[in-house]
Amino acid sequence: MSTTQLMVKDLVKRNGRTRNSLMPVLQGIVQEENFLSEEAMLSVAEELDISVAEVYSTASFYTFLDTVPRGKNIIRVCKTITCHMKGKDEIINALSNALKIKVGETTSDKQFTLLTANCLGWCHKGPVMLINDDIYPDLTVEKALDIIGAYSQKPK
Amino acid sequence: MEKTLKKVDIIFEIDKSCSPLAVLDRTLQRPADEIILDLIDSGLKGRGGAGFPTGLKWKFTRNETSDVKYVICNADEGEPGTFKDREILDRVPEKIFVGMTICAYVIGAREGYIYMRGEYNFLLKSLQKKLDDFNAMLTEKGVDFQIYFKSGSGAYVCGEESALFESMEGKRGEPRNKPPYPTVAGYNNKPTVINNVETLVYTTMICHMGPERFKELGTTDSRGSKVFSVSGDTPIPGIYELELGMPLQDFINEFGDGDAKAIQVGGASGHCVPRKKFSDTIIGFEGIPTGGSMMVFNSSRSMYNVLHDYLEFFTEESCGQCTPCRVGCQQLLKGIEAVKKGDKPPAYLNDLKKLTATMKIAAKCGLGQSVGNPFNSIVDNFKEEIIY
Amino acid sequence: MSKYQVNLKINNMPIAVEEGTTILEAARKLNFRIPTLCHHPDLSVAGNCRVCVVEVKGAKLLAASCATPVSEGMEVLTNSEKVRIARKHIVELLLSEHNADCTKCFKNGHCELQEIASEYRIGEHVFLDLVRPESKIQDISSPAIIKDDSKCIRCQRCVRTCEEIQGVAALGVINKGDQQRISTFLNKPLNEVVCTNCGQCINRCPTGALTERNYIEEVWNAIYDPSKFVVVQTAPATRVALGEDLDIDPGARVTGKMVSALKKLGFNKVLDTDFAADLTIMEEGTELLTRLKKALVDKDETVRLPMMTSCSPGWIKFQEHMFSDMLDNLSTCKSPQQMFGAVAKTYYADKINIKAQDMIVVSIMPCTAKKFECERPEMRDSGYQDVDYVLTTRELAMMIKQAGIDFNKLEEEHYDSILGESTGAAVIFGATGGVMEAALRTAYEIVTGREVPFTNLNIQPVRGMEGVKEATIKIKNVKPEWAFLEGVDLNVAIAHGLGNARFLMDKVNRGETNYHFIEIMGCPGGCLGGGGQPIPTSPEIRQKRANAIYSEDEHMTIRKSHENPEITEIYKQFLGQPLSHLSHELLHTHYKPRKRY
Repeated sequence: MSTTQLMVKDLVKRNGRTRNSLMPVLQGIVQEENFLSEEAMLSVAEELDISVAEVYSTASFYTFLDTVPRGKNIIRVCKTITCHMKGKDEIINALSNALKIKVGETTSDKQFTLLTANCLGWCHKGPVMLINDDIYPDLTVEKALDIIGAYSQKPK
Repeated sequence: MEKTLKKVDIIFEIDKSCSPLAVLDRTLQRPADEIILDLIDSGLKGRGGAGFPTGLKWKFTRNETSDVKYVICNADEGEPGTFKDREILDRVPEKIFVGMTICAYVIGAREGYIYMRGEYNFLLKSLQKKLDDFNAMLTEKGVDFQIYFKSGSGAYVCGEESALFESMEGKRGEPRNKPPYPTVAGYNNKPTVINNVETLVYTTMICHMGPERFKELGTTDSRGSKVFSVSGDTPIPGIYELELGMPLQDFINEFGDGDAKAIQVGGASGHCVPRKKFSDTIIGFEGIPTGGSMMVFNSSRSMYNVLHDYLEFFTEESCGQCTPCRVGCQQLLKGIEAVKKGDKPPAYLNDLKKLTATMKIAAKCGLGQSVGNPFNSIVDNFKEEIIY
Repeated sequence: MSKYQVNLKINNMPIAVEEGTTILEAARKLNFRIPTLCHHPDLSVAGNCRVCVVEVKGAKLLAASCATPVSEGMEVLTNSEKVRIARKHIVELLLSEHNADCTKCFKNGHCELQEIASEYRIGEHVFLDLVRPESKIQDISSPAIIKDDSKCIRCQRCVRTCEEIQGVAALGVINKGDQQRISTFLNKPLNEVVCTNCGQCINRCPTGALTERNYIEEVWNAIYDPSKFVVVQTAPATRVALGEDLDIDPGARVTGKMVSALKKLGFNKVLDTDFAADLTIMEEGTELLTRLKKALVDKDETVRLPMMTSCSPGWIKFQEHMFSDMLDNLSTCKSPQQMFGAVAKTYYADKINIKAQDMIVVSIMPCTAKKFECERPEMRDSGYQDVDYVLTTRELAMMIKQAGIDFNKLEEEHYDSILGESTGAAVIFGATGGVMEAALRTAYEIVTGREVPFTNLNIQPVRGMEGVKEATIKIKNVKPEWAFLEGVDLNVAIAHGLGNARFLMDKVNRGETNYHFIEIMGCPGGCLGGGGQPIPTSPEIRQKRANAIYSEDEHMTIRKSHENPEITEIYKQFLGQPLSHLSHELLHTHYKPRKRY
């Protein structure tokens, strides 16, 4: 059994072998592996005894349940109106240049994926970005680059 | 009843003499029907935006016969411009837990859930600890009720209550047909009370201070106060609890930068009010109701960009199942682009306005039904900016 | 439980209906037609297309009539100004994301969206064209089904069919918002997922988004090719449904007219799959008795019971995916279509002095999975592909129209001989329970020397539309050579529709049953409700087809497979006896497991 299969088995065991557990199980996989691989979804289908198309159908509905490979650190810059007004474009351009990737892409060393997101709920402190689960409000270009720099320093 | 802007402190109030737990202890001694009467008397309406009377919701659910019922706290705050629930969750979570427990006591539920948007997962660690303590305390007191967290994963429409149930059941967050309503068949098709974070805190506070004091605030149609999320072109963005029923002019005097040309009340799905209407617009159910979002735009902003952003948001965040919303949102978005580019004549905006009328009455849920609000209020008031 | 009566008014006409009735159903009772798209009588209510919206007096919102139950005192308007404007908008919106190149569409003239658009006289589109170029790339990976997203209106009828009726869920709704569409696991092509090719999605697709892969041109080419000898076989269920596509009401038996039409189309010989159905009974009936003997007398533990029928290629592929550990329970018999092909290109080709390589075998089938079946590598035992082309009942109707034949006015004709003679036992293969009934008629008689103990040979317990049926036949006073079956209760079960099949298989797997023989058909109602049958389908229509099948049976002079004189001949001249070496070579096969997900 692969590590992915073992992890899925464990997640299903912890959350219960019912359809109601699908979201926490998928969230748990993304937490571990940054995205839902074909193997992981097949494994979920088997463990919960539902069709794998249904697993994919559900996953693809949710922005945070990615089904394409993502980097270790997923950056989501808020693109909704107030962050737009406060300069999210500059932040995105700066990050894009620094990481040498476009929005939607992942760095070749698989460390960063750059994405945009709809309103993150920090309209009074825009622009704002999420990196994984952590929130960074009141961004300036300098601040954003510093933050990314700090993540690059973290052990791989 | 003429009201002026008045800041109040109920939601975030920390009263050393009376903790939320003391409120809980006291309230659980009272007959359930009495609590419902108090809530109805207080005039509290749901603070998520739809404004259904909270007391009635609890009463309907209490009246259902079922072994299993649920209390759900809707913390899937996703309306652009709204961030009050995050602050409440962060600062006074116990008041939410207490509100849920009182509700469980009233309707007869043994399980409660807080469905919190995935974007707020960073709050989870500390919240989970507080919730564990609270649950342990309930067990100790012999209260047969436990609360659990459920996380969203980035889907605005899951804030729609039936979509939220679907999501909790491991499915796509697609709103259901109504009826049946949640009070009859909600989560797992069982009778369910689903309340917004802020509403639940107000129920706790009404139990604490009594309906009279709450009623003193606000107007006949809009009792009490409300937490506002203020953002955009304002020198003092943030969270403010204000009495309901104020004219928008009062609001802008306090929060504006002196150059406000429009305020979007109620988030992306709300209404855009232009400067000339500030003084005769009341914030409340008799005027423009709001889930709390107040976005201020000054004269440097292009209202075309604002509308474009909103429409892009809805085009992406529609669940996509019903025709008026899925296709309608795309048509509105591409439509204003076409008018801007000159591919469609300005008169095409009238066709689109008619389309929003259909979306308002024929879409399956509140999302599609409300897209016309920003569209019409921005197109009507800022037509030149849309066309040229 | 008696239900309350609810009083309401629709377009000012009063009506009382049972509590729980939808506005749509109540309106139909008053003969007010409300257009629908996502609604289907076989499926759960979705309420997503919104074309069925109506106005309820006093309500701010329009109500989706398919999803809204009536309530006391309700006043409904089905054609108010508000309703008309909204409905027209909705149709216009659907058309704006629909590839409305109708003249080039396979469903041209059979499209529900086209029909509504025509009713509402939608002229030049008001709205912008939203069809994405990439959506026009069709999935043609499957030999049976073509999926064209540019025609899809997201009503999700296919998704509900695949999940609710078939329990397969190969199709799902993916993404949200403007990216929402119908797809498969990770958007894989249909031939790489658990799709069974049953075609039930096609039967319920209101537009041309899901259609059968059609072989009409290939068949015309074969007919026109002077070097080819083209024989055609017709499956049992086609003769009770073809008329529906040719202006005849459901439930009509059109066997003779169909034969006549096929001859006029230019087929060299018009033969009958029913002959092969009789042959199947001889082989399968004997196989069952042999398995019973091995299990009960020889105590051979390698013999797997219950034995399961293998006529339905949708069911076979479903089992290969989902219940591959039970493949040994499957009868080794090929389906009648494939038995026919194998015999046609050997025995029959010899008889009429045609080289097998010059023969083209065309099947008219109620089924889309048969298109997949005929291309299976297991189906080449004649040395060639045993069956060359499979046409659905619908495709045949199109050819008849193309040829300018006035079907209604045709004289009735008889099948050619040989391979044209059949029995009532064969025709009931087209209905759920039919293979079971036919097998019992023959097996019981082989064992006891007497006819099955049911009035007029009609084995009622195995008939009907219940999802899973069970019956027990007591075997008494057997012939000496079948002494081991004396007093045995033969337990049988029947399921139709793959959802029911899954339910039954799970029971068998859990060891909760003691069946000897199970009939499974992949489609609801059996082949008469097959994925290649005329559209629309509904429980009522399928019941009418079933009635026609049983009436066809009763009108046959011979009603037991073993009494078919052509069957006697083929064993005498060619096969020897059932399960002979040659039979095994030509008429039997084995299947292999496929991936579960």
